[in-house]
Amino acid sequence: MREELITSGRMNPGIDPVLHGWHWPIPFYLFVGGLAAGLLFFAAYKVLFGKEKDFPTAVMIGPFVALAAIVMGLMALIYDLHHPLYAWQLFTTIRIESPMSWGAWTLMIVSIVNAVWIFTYLKKIFPDFNLKQNFLRKVISNFIEEKQSEGKLNWDWKYKFLRDFESFLIKNRKALAWLMMILSIILGVYTGILLSAFNARPLWNTALLGPLFLTSGFSTGAAMLMILSKTHLEKIAFSKIDVLLIIIELFFITHMFMGYLAGSEVKAEAAHYFMGGEFTVTFWVNVIILGLVVPLALETMELLNVKIPVIIPGLLILWGGMMFRFIMVDAGQVIRYLY
Amino acid sequence: MRYGMAIDTRKCVGCSDCVVACQTENSIPHGYTRDWISETVEGMYPNLALEIRSERCNHCDDTPCVRTCPTGSSHIIEGGIVKVTHEECIGCGACIESCPYDARYFHPEGYVDKCTFCDHRVKNGQDPACVSVCPTHCMYFGDLDDPNSEISKVVAKNKVKVLAPEAGTKPQIFYLV
Amino acid sequence: MKTTRRDFIKISSLGIGGLALSTSPILGWVPSFLKEDDNTPDDSTAKRYPNYCEVCFWNCAGWVYTNKDKDGNEKIWKIIGNDDDPNSNGRFCPRGTGGIGMYYDKDRLRKPLKRVTGEDGNQTFVEIEWDEAIDIVAKKMKEIKTKYGPESFALFKHGTSGKHFATLFKAYGSKNMAGPAYSQCKAPREEGFRMTFGHPLHSPEPLDIRNTRCLVLIGSHLGENMHNGQVQEMSEAIENGASIITVDPRFSTAASKSKFWLPIKPSTDIALLLAWMHVIIKEKRYDIDYVEKNTSGFEQLKNHVKNFTPEWAYGITTIKPDIIRKTAREMAAASPAVIIHPGRHATWYGDDTQRSRAIAILNALLGSWGRRGGFFNPEKAKLPKYPMPAFPKPKWSWRDIAPDKYPLAKMGVTNLLIDGSHPDKKEGHKIKAWFVVGTNLPVTIPNSKRTIEAIHNQEFIVVVDTMPSEMAGYADIVLPEATYLERYDDLRLAQHREPTIALRMPAAKPYAETRPGWKMCKDIAGKLGLSEYFNYNDYSEVLDWQLKKIGSSLDEMKEIGVMKLDRKYNDLYFHEHMEHEFETPTGKIEFYSNGMLAAGFAPMPVYTKHPEPPKGFYRLIYGRAPMHTFSRTTNNPYLMELMKENALWVNPKTAKDWGLKTGQRVWLQNHQGAVSTFSIAVRVTERIRQDSVYMVHGFGRLNKKLTKGYGAGISDTEMVTDVKIDKETGSTGMRSNFVTFLTEEPEKKEKTV
Ligand SMILES: Nc1nc2c(c(=O)[nH]1)N[C@H]1C(S)=C(S)[C@@H](COP(=O)(O)OP(=O)(O)OC[C@H]3O[C@@H](n4cnc5c(=O)[nH]c(N)nc54)[C@H](O)[C@@H]3O)O[C@H]1N2
Ligand SMILES: Nc1nc2c(c(=O)[nH]1)N[C@H]1C(S)=C(S)[C@@H](COP(=O)(O)OP(=O)(O)OC[C@H]3O[C@@H](n4cnc5c(=O)[nH]c(N)nc54)[C@H](O)[C@@H]3O)O[C@H]1N2
Ligand code: SF4
Ligand code: SF4
Ligand code: SF4
Ligand code: SF4
Ligand code: SF4
Ligand SMILES: [Mo]
Repeated sequence: MREELITSGRMNPGIDPVLHGWHWPIPFYLFVGGLAAGLLFFAAYKVLFGKEKDFPTAVMIGPFVALAAIVMGLMALIYDLHHPLYAWQLFTTIRIESPMSWGAWTLMIVSIVNAVWIFTYLKKIFPDFNLKQNFLRKVISNFIEEKQSEGKLNWDWKYKFLRDFESFLIKNRKALAWLMMILSIILGVYTGILLSAFNARPLWNTALLGPLFLTSGFSTGAAMLMILSKTHLEKIAFSKIDVLLIIIELFFITHMFMGYLAGSEVKAEAAHYFMGGEFTVTFWVNVIILGLVVPLALETMELLNVKIPVIIPGLLILWGGMMFRFIMVDAGQVIRYLY
Repeated sequence: MRYGMAIDTRKCVGCSDCVVACQTENSIPHGYTRDWISETVEGMYPNLALEIRSERCNHCDDTPCVRTCPTGSSHIIEGGIVKVTHEECIGCGACIESCPYDARYFHPEGYVDKCTFCDHRVKNGQDPACVSVCPTHCMYFGDLDDPNSEISKVVAKNKVKVLAPEAGTKPQIFYLV
Repeated sequence: MKTTRRDFIKISSLGIGGLALSTSPILGWVPSFLKEDDNTPDDSTAKRYPNYCEVCFWNCAGWVYTNKDKDGNEKIWKIIGNDDDPNSNGRFCPRGTGGIGMYYDKDRLRKPLKRVTGEDGNQTFVEIEWDEAIDIVAKKMKEIKTKYGPESFALFKHGTSGKHFATLFKAYGSKNMAGPAYSQCKAPREEGFRMTFGHPLHSPEPLDIRNTRCLVLIGSHLGENMHNGQVQEMSEAIENGASIITVDPRFSTAASKSKFWLPIKPSTDIALLLAWMHVIIKEKRYDIDYVEKNTSGFEQLKNHVKNFTPEWAYGITTIKPDIIRKTAREMAAASPAVIIHPGRHATWYGDDTQRSRAIAILNALLGSWGRRGGFFNPEKAKLPKYPMPAFPKPKWSWRDIAPDKYPLAKMGVTNLLIDGSHPDKKEGHKIKAWFVVGTNLPVTIPNSKRTIEAIHNQEFIVVVDTMPSEMAGYADIVLPEATYLERYDDLRLAQHREPTIALRMPAAKPYAETRPGWKMCKDIAGKLGLSEYFNYNDYSEVLDWQLKKIGSSLDEMKEIGVMKLDRKYNDLYFHEHMEHEFETPTGKIEFYSNGMLAAGFAPMPVYTKHPEPPKGFYRLIYGRAPMHTFSRTTNNPYLMELMKENALWVNPKTAKDWGLKTGQRVWLQNHQGAVSTFSIAVRVTERIRQDSVYMVHGFGRLNKKLTKGYGAGISDTEMVTDVKIDKETGSTGMRSNFVTFLTEEPEKKEKTV
């Protein structure tokens, strides 16, 4: 028998008996980050490959959802800080080695580009719109000319520099798309490697976690677009993408576990948490079955023209992607080096 | 200069004096600790082996905690002592997650705290509080770069190990076994 | 010290793609009011006051530091050892370091309390003023004196402030005083050694552990038993390569540092000791010269142990014959630098004086008494007595409660006083009232049911304590004492290699309305017309008077804390070729004791068989945790952090039989039906024999006022109802109790204080 115990001291809350320094905001933040990365990638991709017309949801609606996701993610991140009032200190330094620093800056830059992207599409998305007499309207009307007829608004900017900026961007949309695509990949990779940068936790200490989270993030993005799309063309396109991404994900997951099992004692132990141990049921049911296998089956059927409301596989993929991050963050904190 | 510690597990009795001494010296609030005692029992009755260790931040050479800190609050000072500037710390927990030894904790005031190697004593030529109280004299503190220091000699003369070397942090606390 | 990142000298190797980036911030600006990196106070702003520790009776001398806290108030900050003190060598044990928790405990007694009965018949305590409290106590003392004579008032005491109360009682006319440090602790050892060497050991024990070549620990669990000097010297011995032999049914910390661990069947140590003697004598490995010169009765002993072969002992102790032989040879090889540790808490099985005699004799065979690496000859400082009148002579004392019992007892026997207080005491001298100072009798004396019956039979009980102890719960009047950190007491005159004097002085004002013991005694004495015995306004005057008589002063002692004196004689160890006179009837070390025989006991140690656990029961053994002292620390905010409750050590095989898991809570029932009030967490561990379970003493507190200690774990005392009295000394053997597990909570009986 081997008995290992902390006999005294170290009752630090959040550390003992198991580490839970990061709570729900972190996996949530990783999830929305991945989602946003996927959405922005597809938006930029479709523009770059001239599919703007056929994919209005991806190009115009997706980025809205992405921006909302990023804002929620940042809020969650700040909420998880133990010193939230000091959050500004994140932006007094750039520390390339720190994924947190990198993430904070990436998110900030991505959200700016994302907002700019939305800015260039405002006219297309809301050609004319009505807004009640409220605060938002007051703010907006500082910048745009109000149409006298029917009190409707449209995006005729009051100021010349805004008009110039807008036309400049639209003229250089391809460049903007390139920028956003690169940034979305950085964001995706970031959410992927945030955990694997913390190699103090045996479960996170694997090179596969990055690509896996990246794939999973893009897959949630595709799923979201699948749900939001209005046209069959768009739905089917993202459905196909998702089938491909799910297969890649399953491949990565298998390899990740094989890696654990072949690795050191702790790594093997880590794998056992998912194969008989504490996290087995949650992981297999939520991530593998509900989040990957079932949607894969459903979408394959869909592609074979069996009628399935697309919302079901879509939501399942989102659910699976979110659970995956929650489980990985939780389990990663439970599994520690032995000595 | 490279500060380090050596702890002789053959003499340590796990009394935890090092833990209380740290708490009083550094006014650690109740319910928190910078150091702790762990125990490993191996074998079957009556052939048993017991190892008792006093543990704390290893003031690693390769510091994931400093690397992952987004604000620069976690940093390294003279002698390789790893410290946290309280008022620069946003409490993001990155350093906590990146320490394989769980040596850091959230102070109730929001910042992250950990062993400082008692740099406030060391700069006055005193030993860290834990070392200075240890009734069995099983702890050694000093400059590992100086081959004539007591700690260098102790480390050179004895069989030593570090904790979780596979975590790759190059710990600077050596256990005599 | 303000440390900046710019000092940093080693750039940690970089993880991501080997990018070498400066870690300095581009905008490192922080508002200056936030810049307070290191507000750790250091010694430069601290004040220090000498003291000696009262968390246990090793009484280490040290310094109490105060420093300004965040709000600028001077606060007790830390306690560290005094380098000149031989008891601590400048290093306290965790309990001494955590002693500041005694001061900061929020549950401390604040004001005198009086028991009142409300209209509903329920009793409660009300806070009263000191004047009233002292009045009541003095009135009752007068009343008892007139009704029954002063002898009927008994004093139970433990700790330094007990001395003031002893003076009060002697002046009052009672010598009925006793403390648990004798009959629940050292009595059998002290008397066993006295019968052998003519001399008890006292405290700190004069063991030359740091110079020993072989240390034999029989039950003594140094490292958990944190008697500071001994633990320090054991560590030195390990460093010097001495071999340690540990005899313990449990793989104690000391056992883990030992060359040999002998996991003995509990209660059979005498058989092992006799077998060791057998081997050592048979193989002529004893110190022949020494034995010839200094001992008497060797031939009888040789004859006595003739048949006690290792094979014989194996059947009793479960220790293999070859291990018995090997360990005997190991000790003999180290002789005379060998110590068979005499133990301290020796009240185990009721034949404890016999076991202590066996230990003493084995030491004598190996010539370790008076030898380097064995037992040294300690010396103690002497101070003139502060002048006071002679004490009146009491008509009877504790011995007269049972005149034909416990002839070897030389100090008050607590349980005899309890016998004298119990309703079943129908004739002879009876105890009618108790004064209890610094001892928690319901937790300390086994068979607490009987103690509580005796309590209910008293007309009046005063308890002097710092905490709402279980004992305090039974008081009519509770007098809250200031802790050792807040008061003057007698100078410590500890015996050691060299004599020393140590000062205790306050480092803070007494908390709330607490007062030092000497002040209570003086005030009570005033009301009793005994003021001449307390002829001072402040106890510091007494200390200054005494110190001036030896050419020092209180002021000097405040600076140094500990004064080292020179030894009078150069006799730390025996001088070779010199005759030694031992204070025994024969003047020699007595292997064979006519004194024992005359008192009606075996003249040489004998092994007696003790009951074994019935099926499904396990022997309850207990001991110390390094960070706690009995019940005096089991509410201490610092020390409770280190260990919040005790655990029940259970061998994996036993655990399997019962389906017990680590962390699972169980209740206990002993072989006489006593059931524990609270539950305890199981610790499944190979570190204990299958026939025993183990827990640390002092937990499972019953007084609800103890916010940390109440209900934390189980009190071993609750499980000790079967007490085996040592006939020689009257001390209470406490390890003959067998417990079984209750996995479901038994029906609740209200048993809290
Ligand atoms: N930390 C700490 N240290 C203390 C104290 C404290 O409260 N806390 N108290 C001090 C005081 S006053 C005293 S008296 C001493 C007591 O300390 P010791 O004299 O060392 O006490 P023991 O009762 O001999 O030791 C208990 C050990 O005896 C073992 N044991 C139980 N039954 C048997 C048996 O039948 N045979 C043998 N060989 N071993 C057995 C137990 O497993 C346990 O390891 O400690 C002192 N030191
Ligand atoms: N079951 C069991 N019983 C035992 C033992 C055991 O191991 N198991 N050990 C035995 C041994 S070896 C011993 S020495 C005895 C010890 O017996 P005790 O000395 O009675 O032990 P404590 O439980 O520490 O109780 C001390 C009391 O003194 C109070 N106190 C502390 N400081 C002060 C002070 O400065 N002034 C006053 N007035 N009070 C103070 C504490 O609050 C506490 O209530 O117990 C013996 N009884
Ligand atoms: S003070 Fe020394 S002996 Fe005690 S636990 Fe700490 S290192 Fe070990
Ligand atoms: S032990 Fe942990 S906190 Fe300390 S330097 Fe190493 S990684 Fe950092
Ligand atoms: S919690 Fe504080 S010290 Fe730790 S990484 Fe975050 S900012 Fe740095
Ligand atoms: S070196 Fe100082 S801060 Fe670190 S554990 Fe020891 S006492 Fe605590
Ligand atoms: S051994 Fe520890 S508790 Fe006992 S007097 Fe010394 S420092 Fe105090
Ligand atoms: Mo004792």
